[in-house]
Amino acid sequence: MSITWNAPVAPRDADPAPAPAPSPAVIAPAPSQPPRPAATVPLLRQPRAQRVLLPVLVGLVLIGAWQALVVGMELPPYLVPSPALMMKTLFTDWATLGMALLVTLKITVLSFVVATVVGVLISFVFVQSRLIETALFPYAVLLQVTPIVAVAPLIIIWVKDPTASLVICATLVALFPIISNTTLGLRSIDPDLQAYFKMNRATRLQTLVRLRIPSALPYFFGGLRISSGLALIGAVVAEFVAGTGGAATGLAYQILMAGYQLNIPRMFAALLLISLTGVALFALMAWATKAALGSWHASELSQD
Amino acid sequence: MNDNAPVPAIEVLSAQKTYPNGTIALQPVDLTIQEGEFVTLLGPSGCGKSTLLKMVAGLLEPTDGRLLLWRKPVAAAQDSATKKMAFVFQSPTLMPWASVQTNVRLPLDLAKVPRAEADARVAEALELVGLAKFAKALPRALSGGMQMRVSIARGLVVQPNLLLMDEPFGALDEITRHKLDADLLELWRKKKLTVVFVTHSIHEAVFLSSRVVMMAARPGRIVEEVRIDEPYPRSADFMVSPEFTHYAKHLQRSLLAASQANEEEALS
Repeated sequence: MSITWNAPVAPRDADPAPAPAPSPAVIAPAPSQPPRPAATVPLLRQPRAQRVLLPVLVGLVLIGAWQALVVGMELPPYLVPSPALMMKTLFTDWATLGMALLVTLKITVLSFVVATVVGVLISFVFVQSRLIETALFPYAVLLQVTPIVAVAPLIIIWVKDPTASLVICATLVALFPIISNTTLGLRSIDPDLQAYFKMNRATRLQTLVRLRIPSALPYFFGGLRISSGLALIGAVVAEFVAGTGGAATGLAYQILMAGYQLNIPRMFAALLLISLTGVALFALMAWATKAALGSWHASELSQD
Repeated sequence: MNDNAPVPAIEVLSAQKTYPNGTIALQPVDLTIQEGEFVTLLGPSGCGKSTLLKMVAGLLEPTDGRLLLWRKPVAAAQDSATKKMAFVFQSPTLMPWASVQTNVRLPLDLAKVPRAEADARVAEALELVGLAKFAKALPRALSGGMQMRVSIARGLVVQPNLLLMDEPFGALDEITRHKLDADLLELWRKKKLTVVFVTHSIHEAVFLSSRVVMMAARPGRIVEEVRIDEPYPRSADFMVSPEFTHYAKHLQRSLLAASQANEEEALS
């Protein structure tokens, strides 16, 4: 090639230079200390550390207050157990609670996976033609607005296998955000890029794989975050409605039983496990989002 | 590419565009563009210059009339293996999730060109626009001017005979735009391209074109065609020469006369 264009101008900052470190004197004013090197920023001033430390601090304060109130007011454990008692119950009853956690996790994960696969497939069908979407979308909405508590007894009667019936209930709860978000994402493509694909005689499959799916990813992951929580809620609610005992019972059943027996510490311990599961699922989804979109999508780029 | 048969690259035969709501985007126009020409469609917003270009590209269908590329209807010409066309949009129109080289390789991937050959041609196209070093970068890491170069590289990678450009440098600052204009002229001469370039800048039109097609709005129509009889290569000196001023003044007057109603818009 004989022609070369002139050297390009410098690239725009992909990584804006870090803001000048704020003066450490605000946090660590001890005059006797030797002056800090400019690069060290006090731990509490680092956004990364703040994100972990601040919620943990709030949690510690709340738990401390709770423990102090329970002890100070001499509340009986069958009304409000102290955090220490709750943790103790968690360990002593771990055999039962751990098994229950596994059952609830199994149902949550199964229904989340089924909801994701089914939801994405339905979205692919929806974006093929407006006609299909117009005809079927109201039923997707119907699915969303019908309370699962009302439908669950029917499903539990119809489907013999207890695990399958619970998975179906939880899937129904988790399905809609995936359908609606993914469909929206598959449609949210740059019209010029779409025209470019058309001009280059791209097939439907090429447009789907190279343009629609990557464009839909940010929306799809938004749907996943909502649905992961909903799958857990669906699993717990379905189990409450089913209310059946037996070998494989989940955390909801433990809560029901603990309620009947006024074993409030165990109820709190089960509750704690459900919450932690939800948080873990959310964190997992946030991590997956970052892994998939971190390099290019505005929602995941550093805002500082 | 070296075919010198006197087949015009583009023939627009009474093509017109009326939108379903009755708005006339373009009155019937006739235009013939020969191979090797650098033609600018110049006019204010709403004069139908982009509409005309998009009809040539096959992105819009004319309401009436016909468009031929190398004597064949647009749709048939687009499937031709020997004569290729490339379109550069007003914005870079890149895939934000894909690297520069993947973006440039897109038309080859869509045409199922073997990977090794495609990669070689991508490297060549990036070399041409001076971005070889940024092959692995994501578009967002590049400046606006560099993103536009990527978009042009994506056009060049199909080795086009005809390059259609819809206000490609409109969003760039003056200095970057001058540079890209000069680089484009260089490319046009060396590659013996036929270029149709849409702009609303009189200066850009005079500097670049061998022929300026002046259009006016409400309704969209062709007002005048002006041949810019100045030799290439054109240097920056040309922009301050009396000839340049002469052409610019002429076009300016013609533009004002054609669009008294919306002259403010025309001058913007």
